[in-house]
Amino acid sequence: MIINHPLLGPRDSEEFVYLGSTDLINRPTNWEEEASAEDFYQYQYIRENIAGDHQELWYHEQGDQSWLVVTRNTLTHEISKVELAQDVSRAMGRGK
Amino acid sequence: MSQTHRKDGGLIDQDKTITFTFNGQILRGCEGDTLASALLANNKHLVGRSFKYHRPRGIVTVGSEEPNAIMEIGSGAHKEPNTRATVTQLYNGLEANSQNHRGPLSFDLMAITDFFAPLLGAGFYYKTFMWPKAFWEKIYEPAIRNSAGLGTLSKEPDPDTYDKGFRYCDILIIGAGASGLSAALTAASSGAKVILADEDFLMGGRLNSGTAKVDNIPGSEWAKNAVAKLSAMDNVTLMSDTTIFGVYDHGIYGALENRSSESREDSNKPRQVNWRIYAKKSILCAGAIERSIAFGNNDRPGIMLAGAVRAYINRFAVATGEKVSVYTNNDDGWQTAKDLRTKGVRVVAVIDSRSISPVMPIQGAEIFMGTDVVDTKGRRALKSITLSNGKTIDTDSLAVSGGWNPNLHLTCHHRGIPKWNEEIASFIPDEATPPGMSVAGRAKGTMMLSDAIKEGHELGSTVASDLGYKASDLKAASTPAVPYNVVANWGVPSGKNRAWVDFQNDVTAKDVRLANQEGFKSVEHVKRYTTLGMATDQGKTANVLGIGIMAENMGQTMEETGTTIFRPPYSPVAIGAFAGRRRGMEFYPTRYTPSHKWSEEQGAVFVEVGMWYRSQWFPQPGETHWRQSVDREVIKTRSSVGICDVTTLGKIDIKGSDVSEFLNKVYVNAFAKLPVGKTRYGLMLREDSMAMDDGTTARLAEDHFVMTTTTANAVNVYRHLQFCHQILWPDLDVHMISVTEQYAQYAVAGPNSRRLLQKIVDPEHDISNEAFPFMGAGAITVCGGIPARLFRISFSGELAYEIAVPTRYGDALMRAMMEAGKEFDVVPYGTEALGVMRIEKGHAAGPELNGQTSAYDLGMGGMVSGKKDFIGYKLGQREELLRNDRMQMVGFKPVNKGDLVDKGHSMAGAHLLGLREEATTHNDQGWISSSIYSPMLGCYIGLGFIKDGLNRKGEFVRAVDLVRNSDIEVEICSPHFYDPEGGRLRV
Repeated sequence: MIINHPLLGPRDSEEFVYLGSTDLINRPTNWEEEASAEDFYQYQYIRENIAGDHQELWYHEQGDQSWLVVTRNTLTHEISKVELAQDVSRAMGRGK
Repeated sequence: MSQTHRKDGGLIDQDKTITFTFNGQILRGCEGDTLASALLANNKHLVGRSFKYHRPRGIVTVGSEEPNAIMEIGSGAHKEPNTRATVTQLYNGLEANSQNHRGPLSFDLMAITDFFAPLLGAGFYYKTFMWPKAFWEKIYEPAIRNSAGLGTLSKEPDPDTYDKGFRYCDILIIGAGASGLSAALTAASSGAKVILADEDFLMGGRLNSGTAKVDNIPGSEWAKNAVAKLSAMDNVTLMSDTTIFGVYDHGIYGALENRSSESREDSNKPRQVNWRIYAKKSILCAGAIERSIAFGNNDRPGIMLAGAVRAYINRFAVATGEKVSVYTNNDDGWQTAKDLRTKGVRVVAVIDSRSISPVMPIQGAEIFMGTDVVDTKGRRALKSITLSNGKTIDTDSLAVSGGWNPNLHLTCHHRGIPKWNEEIASFIPDEATPPGMSVAGRAKGTMMLSDAIKEGHELGSTVASDLGYKASDLKAASTPAVPYNVVANWGVPSGKNRAWVDFQNDVTAKDVRLANQEGFKSVEHVKRYTTLGMATDQGKTANVLGIGIMAENMGQTMEETGTTIFRPPYSPVAIGAFAGRRRGMEFYPTRYTPSHKWSEEQGAVFVEVGMWYRSQWFPQPGETHWRQSVDREVIKTRSSVGICDVTTLGKIDIKGSDVSEFLNKVYVNAFAKLPVGKTRYGLMLREDSMAMDDGTTARLAEDHFVMTTTTANAVNVYRHLQFCHQILWPDLDVHMISVTEQYAQYAVAGPNSRRLLQKIVDPEHDISNEAFPFMGAGAITVCGGIPARLFRISFSGELAYEIAVPTRYGDALMRAMMEAGKEFDVVPYGTEALGVMRIEKGHAAGPELNGQTSAYDLGMGGMVSGKKDFIGYKLGQREELLRNDRMQMVGFKPVNKGDLVDKGHSMAGAHLLGLREEATTHNDQGWISSSIYSPMLGCYIGLGFIKDGLNRKGEFVRAVDLVRNSDIEVEICSPHFYDPEGGRLRV
């Protein structure tokens, strides 16, 4: 597979390590609340098994060590979008 | 010994004779021959025995789709079984042997199985050999395995070299026949970067097998000129003898290039190169593969495909017989008869199953229209055929053509589904080809040569201009239009005569019908139940015929029946080609520590820890058993001083104004208030609250920390920290870098460790107990100004330090410390002694951090801060993880001190049971995770996990090891066996 790194251009997927769904970005922040136990459970264990465009986290271990958000179709393997995970995380409000 | 069936001409060099052997017999061929064409030149038709029935078999095809002529080539470690003679280029000294027979090929003792054929139909394994049950493993299976099979392996390691390579292009053209060459010419002349690959060692495809004229010259000459023109172009890479075996994602193709002629000259050169080709676009011009017809006894040596017979006479100047007959359902079969006549070979009959007028006159042949072949005679060589009109014809070579199938294998690698095309009576590629791939020529179903050339010519231009290149103004080559008419014929049911469909797996038409009868109605089920299409040829000549028989049998259309899925590799690829150079010591990189050279000089024994080589122990003269060395290293370190290389443990340098807050989020314990100049033990959990790793983190300045991890988790922890930094808390001011390899680090442990270090630490740095207390950390210099870092931490439990210098000083520092330590009788110690000492102290390590243990299970519940969020906190509050009777880490020592000493092994891996309980999983209370012989206590000890362990100290249980047959009584105790108060640390 080829992943089109936003800064470095197209790289072979061999340079990367795959982690999993971008669900992992949304770590609950309400740890002090009782109810957050269920939120953490969902965060850690519950995933949708998508047949189609899937957003997932890849780590460029053999390159610049950036985490990336890759939008990849699980049926055709076509990759339609690659972003820096840091940007996606900030856009989701996880920054200060 | 002469080549009795060799004629004049052909594309071979008849002046260059090549000598080879087949089953020990010396034979001759010519340069340009394949092993198959050379065998046929010598009238050797019998080349093997079939898989199940051991029937005599001959060469069937002229290409990589060959089902029968698979042989063992070479001898000794070079022997390669199941090699297709039809694609093996002949060379001097080639040794070929036939496969799958007991006794000589001509008199295979296993041929008796053919008489049991009625019992050995499809799926017979499922219906017989069922009783008695015990017989299956010891008697039936070995007998079946012995009798059925293909070649044998040498069982020696593959001695050849294989390489891997990477190539990039705009357009990959797969197949260098008429359409492929045409596409390459236009694509390349537009300026696009082109790779043209063909599995044959001679490019030209079927232009080399026939007599068609292209641009008014013989097709083979036109091909030769085209290849020469392409080879002179800088933007073209020609890859002959290269099979494109797989279509992967994003325009990545797997290609296997055969370089065996080079590797025979020079064993350092690779035999094969496994190329990964990155192509923006591809054009598949793989041509078509002929299929057979299922008639009675259609598998005898001498019965071949008509296109192959034609290739043998035209390209190789070999006559497959002296009285050849042709059986066809299409116009193309007639061309074989015509070409044979042109070369002066006698054609005795042409049998066409269609009720039409003869396609062309064939001099000297009897013509039978609307007729079929129903039976044949001649066990080891064809003697005669019987027709549906009752007539028998004497013939020694039957050329069969059941029609041509577009070679669409590669279009299916992304789950393309071929479509049935009634006009050509075959399947054509799915319109949805793998992304970037177009198809031209016969692979697309464009059967006429004139159309195929035009199609390739135009497509080469179109694809190049799609990529932004200017379309070339070359003209397409011209050739007379020769129509291809065909009427499907799957064979006439022939009563009690078996008709073969898949030659390699010995599957008959009857097997297909039997599968249907037994309820296997999907083509995928029929394939697996009968094994049709599952041999090394993937059923290339058999699949469509099998589908036809099935469709006819079930009263379905071909479209309804469909095909099975073709998957890579297109043809077999040696495992060695996937390994490339990654063999033996090159399997992955070897990582050496800075003291490796010094350790080698000491005669250290090394152990592989991941990719690292670490010293395991340092045997001294006179020591004959590792326990002597390890016990000595422990005793001497604890009584004076020892040095151990701990460079391999992960080191991460972290800087920023928010680092202490960041550390708070990844460790269970608090780090925010860690003073500058101090180091602290930290435990790291996974989000599910299981312990992931532990280490120490030192604060060298307000905004500068250094974290250590275990060796095994160095990479994972770094990746995890980057995840936390970039994704979870992207705005914390934190910057990190791995420095595992940038610093050499040594543990210096024992009562004399400070005295040793004071001899090498520069005098301006006070490392007395008052100035540098337990858990202190700081930057210092050693040996006259060399920058270093000192950490007063102890894994061994003795007064100890870890000292780090930039790696390039690592070797020198080791030597300097060993010299300085001479007066204290310093010992180097390895990973074994390191392990003994940490277990004596009750420190958890890898075997305890196995992914199933929480902080509480490890006895570190007291460290867990309830005042902050950290990775793993919340899910650690789950009820089940807070139970106080979980399996908790404690110590174990034998009730009888001498237990296991004579057996010479520890308690590691033993499971814990009650004193009088049966050793079953039901009664399992826990396990021993780490165990060693303790020289300090004089007995074996262990760390382990047992249910409710923290409340059961003093209790006796059993440690049962069913693998090594030991069962001893042990006492549950504190894991801190040695110096439990920790007094030795603080002196």
